[in-house]
Amino acid sequence: MIRPLKEKDAVIEVSDLYKSFGEKHVLRGVDLTLHKMENLAVLGRSGSGKSVLIKIIVRLLTQDSGGVNVLGNEVETLNEKELMAMRLKIGFSFQNSALYDSMTVGENLKFPLVRNVRNLKKKQIDEEVASVLEAVGLSETIDQMPSELSGGQKKRIGIARTLILRPEIMLYDEPTAGLDPITSIEINNLIKSVREQYKTSSIIITHDLSCAKTTSDRVAMLFEGQFIKVGTFDEVFSTNDERIQSFYNYNFIK
Amino acid sequence: MKIEEKQRYIISRNIDIFLTGLYEAGVFMSRFFRQAFRRPFEFKETIRQCYEVGYKSFPLITLTGFITGLVFTKQSRPSLAEFGATSWLPSLVAIAIIRALAPLVTALIAAGKVGSNIGAELGSMKVTEQIDAMEVSAINPFKYLVVTRVLATTFMIPVLMCYTGFVAMMGSYINVHTNEATSFISFFQQAFEKISFLDIISSVVKSIAYGFTIGIVGCYKGFNASQGTEGVGRAANASVVLSMFLIFLEEVLLVQITNNIRG
Repeated sequence: MIRPLKEKDAVIEVSDLYKSFGEKHVLRGVDLTLHKMENLAVLGRSGSGKSVLIKIIVRLLTQDSGGVNVLGNEVETLNEKELMAMRLKIGFSFQNSALYDSMTVGENLKFPLVRNVRNLKKKQIDEEVASVLEAVGLSETIDQMPSELSGGQKKRIGIARTLILRPEIMLYDEPTAGLDPITSIEINNLIKSVREQYKTSSIIITHDLSCAKTTSDRVAMLFEGQFIKVGTFDEVFSTNDERIQSFYNYNFIK
Repeated sequence: MKIEEKQRYIISRNIDIFLTGLYEAGVFMSRFFRQAFRRPFEFKETIRQCYEVGYKSFPLITLTGFITGLVFTKQSRPSLAEFGATSWLPSLVAIAIIRALAPLVTALIAAGKVGSNIGAELGSMKVTEQIDAMEVSAINPFKYLVVTRVLATTFMIPVLMCYTGFVAMMGSYINVHTNEATSFISFFQQAFEKISFLDIISSVVKSIAYGFTIGIVGCYKGFNASQGTEGVGRAANASVVLSMFLIFLEEVLLVQITNNIRG
């Protein structure tokens, strides 16, 4: 079902979202708005429901109640065809990259393209693949298998695979998890350059404060299934809220 | 919003899990039939899977089929020799191989080789979020991964069964030829004297059922794998065990139906 977004420049609106797994209540009334060309970091401890939130946005999971509106589409009411069309506008970068391990890097990138865009010539496909590989700075890996790549390279290829479909929205699930500080900085820079080059709006799920600070315009702090503070990085971390301060201190000490 | 505080079971935990599993398997199968006949068809991937299932199983099937025919003939000879009926060996062996051994041996070998492979492959894709990655890229993973594999096993197990029957008969012929100096033509004439059209058709139908079972069980277990690498191992194992169990159940049922038709 198509329903206009409440705010004029919004691209995602989440309202009063609830999600439980058995007796574990992961999300308890989450409200969120992502604006056009905005990078929003969702911070929180492991198991606080950050990844669940973005999986509900692309309907990999369904909510118990509440609404998700993406680019004017009520996600929970879409039929299969409408859902596919909506997903084409969203790029989802997985925590573990989720590269198809039986395909080379080049085949990983071609796969979503040839299956979603009809009548493409081989030359056009090759050009698109070369273009996104260049955007993530890994042109030389085109014939390599995912198992031959480092963690940081896998993340970059995962991002490139989503960019090949020219999404309007990017969802990053823990983009710097498991990476060394230098590679993390490279990924942070890539997230920023993706916004500039591809004009995307992004939600960045992370528990890494430097990633949130570097890449995002706003930060939303998720605690026990609810946002306890939303604002710029400085606004959020200048409060005296003990829950936010302990998260900040933990990251700092770590 | 009110959140239900306690999860309650309808009958008991285990019975609920069993019934839920049955229901989910039913939903999975109905989803297969809905998607298998809906465009676009995945011809290229289905052919690739047929190659994986069929061609790559030939060496193992050749070995097991040949040994089955050879050993079965060797073991049957003393009993027939007691009655001076060794000349019945070709027809006895042909009936055993074509009616029962070829479909069953092929299915059990395929359940072990192909079923476990499908369970492990899809299970691994599931736990590493590769299936989710397909979904969010607007690709239908069920059609691409499940429908193609189930169709491949359903098409290729009957083909492999025919091949198993042939190599098993060759194994039998070598044993008979060595002991009784029977010619190739005479052996096969005697062998096929007692074989009817119903015998061959019933074996093909059985193989189609076994192939479908191996594919759908492997895909179901792989597609629903969880809990990391341990889950992948469990999916592969469960694919083999459940496939074999269902193959034996189907064998009992289909033999009964065939015998009723035969009269």
